[in-house]
Amino acid sequence: MNGIGFIKGMLLTLRHFVESYVDDVRYGFKKYSPNVDNFQQRQGTQAAGVFTVQYPDEKVAMPERFRFVPFLVVEDYDHPERPGKDWCTSCGICAKVCPPQCIWIVRSNDPATGRPVPEPEAFFIDIDICMNCGFCAEYCPFDAIKMDHDYELASYDRTTSHIFDKDKLSKEFKYWKTIAPNRAIDEAQARGGWEHKDAQKAARRGGGAADSKREEVRARKEEEQKQPVASAPVAQETKPAAAETPAPAAATSGGGEKPWTDSEEERERRKQAALARKAARASKRE
Amino acid sequence: MELNLQELSKTQYPIPADLQNNVAITSLSKIYNWGRRNSMWPMLFGLACCAIEMIATASSRFDFSRFGMEVMRATPRQSDLMIVSGTVTKKMVVPIVRLYNQMPEPKYVLAMGACASGGGPFKEGYNVVSGIDKYLPVDVYVPGCPPTPQALLFGLIALQKKIDGQSIADYDDVPWYGVGLSDPAPVPILGPDIIDPRQMDMIRRQAEKAASDGGVLNAARSLPSAAVAVLDAPAKAAKPAPAAAAPAASEADDKRAAALARKAARAAKSEGAAASTTPAAVPAASLPSGGKPWEESEAIREQRKQAALARKAARANKTEG
Amino acid sequence: MVDMTVPNSPATSIEDAIADLKAKFPDAVSDDKREGYSGVIVSKDKLLEVARYIHDTLGFDYLSSATAVDYLGEGNHSNDHLEMVYHAYRTTGGKALVFKAQTDREKAELPSLVSVWKGADFQEREAWDLFGIRFQGHPNLKRILMWEGFHGFPMRKDWHEAYYEQDHKPFDSRWPSGHVYRAEERNIFGKNVKYPADIDLSKLTDISESSMYEGFGMGVEYTQVRDGEGMATDQLIVNMGPHHPSTHGVFRMIMRLDGETVTHLEPVMGYLHRNHEKIGERNTFLQNIPFTDRLDYISSMGNNHGYVLAVEQLLALAPKYTPPTYRTEVLRVLMVELTRIVNHLWAIGFWLNDLGAFFTPVLYFIQERERILDFFEAVAGSRMMCNYMRFGGVFADLPERIRTVANLMNDRVRDFNTMQFLTEMINERIPRTIDELDEYLTNSDIVRVRSEGVGYLSREDAINYSAAGPLLRGSGVAYDIRRAEPYSIYDELDFDVAVQYEGDMYARYLVRLQEMRESVRILKQILPRLEYTAGESVASPFAYSGKVPIGEAYGRVENGKGELGYYVVSAGDKKAAANPWRYHVRAPSFINLTPLGVMAKGGKVADLVAILGSIDIVLGETDR
Ligand code: SF4
Ligand code: SF4
Ligand code: SF4
Repeated sequence: MNGIGFIKGMLLTLRHFVESYVDDVRYGFKKYSPNVDNFQQRQGTQAAGVFTVQYPDEKVAMPERFRFVPFLVVEDYDHPERPGKDWCTSCGICAKVCPPQCIWIVRSNDPATGRPVPEPEAFFIDIDICMNCGFCAEYCPFDAIKMDHDYELASYDRTTSHIFDKDKLSKEFKYWKTIAPNRAIDEAQARGGWEHKDAQKAARRGGGAADSKREEVRARKEEEQKQPVASAPVAQETKPAAAETPAPAAATSGGGEKPWTDSEEERERRKQAALARKAARASKRE
Repeated sequence: MELNLQELSKTQYPIPADLQNNVAITSLSKIYNWGRRNSMWPMLFGLACCAIEMIATASSRFDFSRFGMEVMRATPRQSDLMIVSGTVTKKMVVPIVRLYNQMPEPKYVLAMGACASGGGPFKEGYNVVSGIDKYLPVDVYVPGCPPTPQALLFGLIALQKKIDGQSIADYDDVPWYGVGLSDPAPVPILGPDIIDPRQMDMIRRQAEKAASDGGVLNAARSLPSAAVAVLDAPAKAAKPAPAAAAPAASEADDKRAAALARKAARAAKSEGAAASTTPAAVPAASLPSGGKPWEESEAIREQRKQAALARKAARANKTEG
Repeated sequence: MVDMTVPNSPATSIEDAIADLKAKFPDAVSDDKREGYSGVIVSKDKLLEVARYIHDTLGFDYLSSATAVDYLGEGNHSNDHLEMVYHAYRTTGGKALVFKAQTDREKAELPSLVSVWKGADFQEREAWDLFGIRFQGHPNLKRILMWEGFHGFPMRKDWHEAYYEQDHKPFDSRWPSGHVYRAEERNIFGKNVKYPADIDLSKLTDISESSMYEGFGMGVEYTQVRDGEGMATDQLIVNMGPHHPSTHGVFRMIMRLDGETVTHLEPVMGYLHRNHEKIGERNTFLQNIPFTDRLDYISSMGNNHGYVLAVEQLLALAPKYTPPTYRTEVLRVLMVELTRIVNHLWAIGFWLNDLGAFFTPVLYFIQERERILDFFEAVAGSRMMCNYMRFGGVFADLPERIRTVANLMNDRVRDFNTMQFLTEMINERIPRTIDELDEYLTNSDIVRVRSEGVGYLSREDAINYSAAGPLLRGSGVAYDIRRAEPYSIYDELDFDVAVQYEGDMYARYLVRLQEMRESVRILKQILPRLEYTAGESVASPFAYSGKVPIGEAYGRVENGKGELGYYVVSAGDKKAAANPWRYHVRAPSFINLTPLGVMAKGGKVADLVAILGSIDIVLGETDR
């Protein structure tokens, strides 16, 4: 009969509507309060009804493999031996494998010998070209470039802010352990320890310290698994670039500063440092 | 709720006695902005992959109707916001510019995704425009390929914040409250390759030059050393463009003339950018810009406000004298 | 003309067919003896005759792909030529008969095969547009992706775009001294443009628009027609798109209307032509994988699959080759079938939009889609651009838990067991959604009244126009590549090919519906396979700088929209090349538009958007 389909459709809409509210009743109308833990049910397979993620008050967290623009891993700023050292050895594999060719690397040379040293002098990613494919992270042999989870990158001006340079790309290793704990562990296992590949090699060459090192790593790993990495306050004095604090773990998400809300002075300081480096390089080239 | 007049007229501006009734303008801005930002109607207009994420954002899980944007209009004449969601090709940029010209002011453009911002992964292609900002003014860029729905929402919030910070008394900020009709964006022409009408002269010059000295028409430009450009960049970026025009404007007692001059300057500037006599995009890679965009522009906004104050004060002096 | 004395019994195998062909045309047909190549080369004078024989007598009624290759500087320069490559199939199943025709680069001309297979129409126009091969006898040889008046034939190897840097990636400027700049800064015009040296701005005319209306008969030229009551009416040219809410993107149609009836329709495309193939030939083989994501951006997993299958065919030519493990195949099928469901939900949803059920059904489908996308995001890293498959492997195995971690403020964390999530999705949620859809739509009178008998495409036309996917199967041709030429592990999976015989929009809807059910059936068989293959390696043996043995390959899969084929040529080097010489995508969305004109003709203009919706196109793939 004419009209039956129409009525049925309306009833369907009604059912979805009611279902959504039944769910609200179940949770005592605590739909949007920040500390309800029904999110998992609502966004899982068992949910009935239609639920909206109340961005920006609540956000769907990203899975570990999530990829947005890449970042460069540097050693923790409170690392006892190599604070803030780049993991990247400027081997250039990521620049070669990048499909739209948006990675630019300047390899640094030792001023005395002229031989390349394993640290990039400059590293740029044009995020107006980057297709977030993740190849750079996948093929980097040193685990030095990783896909970031921070998608809140909108800006008013692309000419000044959309080519990310090394300062802007660098984030502590700690940060990677925070955003992708399991992958970090897997990678560490593949490397044979938490430290950078080369550092481990050097340590092994250094003598019998390797065993104790491995012990230490294992101990730390266990600790890691017990408790998500808490954000440690960063030693600002060690390096001006230390302004990038790691994102806080879930447990502390209430209090911590976000990595990108640097204070003006820090940003200014970073800018000056970068400019000075640039100028130095420019004069060198001339 | 009772309107507290005392509250409303409380501004940072030192208001001369005879200008007291101008005070309403700042408050009006607030109300205007509040209205505009909460009733942004985007155009139902998708270009490529990013459009699918835009649809996902519009659907129930992310739902941008929470921000007053649920009414996606299929016609440009009813929309306030153009979300350029995807790769802009040379063939498509012609209709896009036409659509933009048909939108009523105030109008905003949001470049969604790497493609619309700066060309994206397909930038090197022969039919791809390297960013919609080569043809239209863009308010917010949302990087990502594609930006997730949440990233787009973040961009939309950024746009709302931007509107919040605008003042309807400042013609540089919101050109559509300026004087006279605003000029439509020039529509590109599909010739042997796409031709920007603003560049006609330049193309002609280049063609003549190539013909006379037997050179090549499409010779690559040699850049000023990248380092120089980078060193220039902070100065350029830090210089608040609107404020620069302020002293001259404050001296002229005809506000209208000043606004017209600024408009002309703006047009010239945009043409300059298009003609790329100055590199439109300075590789100011070293400029750190962490933080949310609306936080960044605080300083600029402050400067602009100061300039406006100076102008006002000057005018007040004049009337007194 | 065809010699009718030849017995009309198609030779069964490809070898027999080729032998038959060579016997029939001894001086026009010869084997393609290049290393890694297959099929025959047909001399261009006899091409039409041979093609007709292949179609009429040998029974290759379905022209899957026709594309051009520019062999400039490949081998020695004396051998520079353009080549058209045709892949013809039988709708009864089996392998392709590949035949090629070569022509000079300077004066590129070939006979058009539109009179044999109408499906060659758009593909020949594309070859004319991008390679500059003039097809004699083509009814409407205009540019199709670029605009009329564009300078040059961009896919030719000696044509360089404005931002041209080097022939092949990786570019030398990126490393070791990669001082960053934006490409436009190096261009004298500050944009992605270059002009011919003889540009004369005083004579500049934009013919891109006017040329489209050629042949439409504007205004008075056209004879007036009389309607039923004998009233004289003028015909009206209506332009729809490229900005139109119902054209599924930036698609455009120009039509001639008599009252409300469509009398002629011409699709106009290219508004999203982003030079996929030109860029693809500059990329390395590996770098193309994420680009394929952006073809049919609703079903990126399926796109990946077709491409890796094509390249794996080439890799198998090498002496040392390890085929993908069983688990790899299982994972691929899992992803591809989930993608098919996503694709069909999207297609049906937006088709309903076009029918007037604005957005409500789509909202419910998108709800389900979001859950599948969550799974993709957890496994592959991105909701839409999955970039999941690799040559001989996949990016990574399933994670044990679909787990999210907080990294921004206010993040809400989720944590599911992957297998449990999958099981619940496959056994409960997806079937429930499909049932709901079925219950509310299949017998809805509005849907039936609007769609039954509308947009009719006959069985013969469907085949002849090279329609693919639900469009073909809705017209009664039970042709599904998963059965006709099984790939991956489809030959051991139990499923039926969905087919309907009415050839209208409703039939296509039913095909999609049934296909979703079949997909669920396949997924249910995948689940146990996932469990017992757990632990097998899925890593790809292909290094980032890996090379691919020379030769040609055509890999095709049954994607949600239809037959998605990749024609890949590896050449330019002695043994193995790092970059594809030719990379062509046989896009179902593109070729399925060829019969749009016949389907729309005689229908009402109000049905037109729905007919377009029932074809289910995605512009990323149509225009590439
Ligand atoms: S591949 Fe890794 S180590 Fe090599 S240059 Fe890139 S980031 Fe650095
Ligand atoms: S994510 Fe892909 S496109 Fe982006 S920098 Fe890495 S390799 Fe390049
Ligand atoms: S930015 Fe990426 S997802 Fe968006 S349109 Fe461009 S290629 Fe597609």
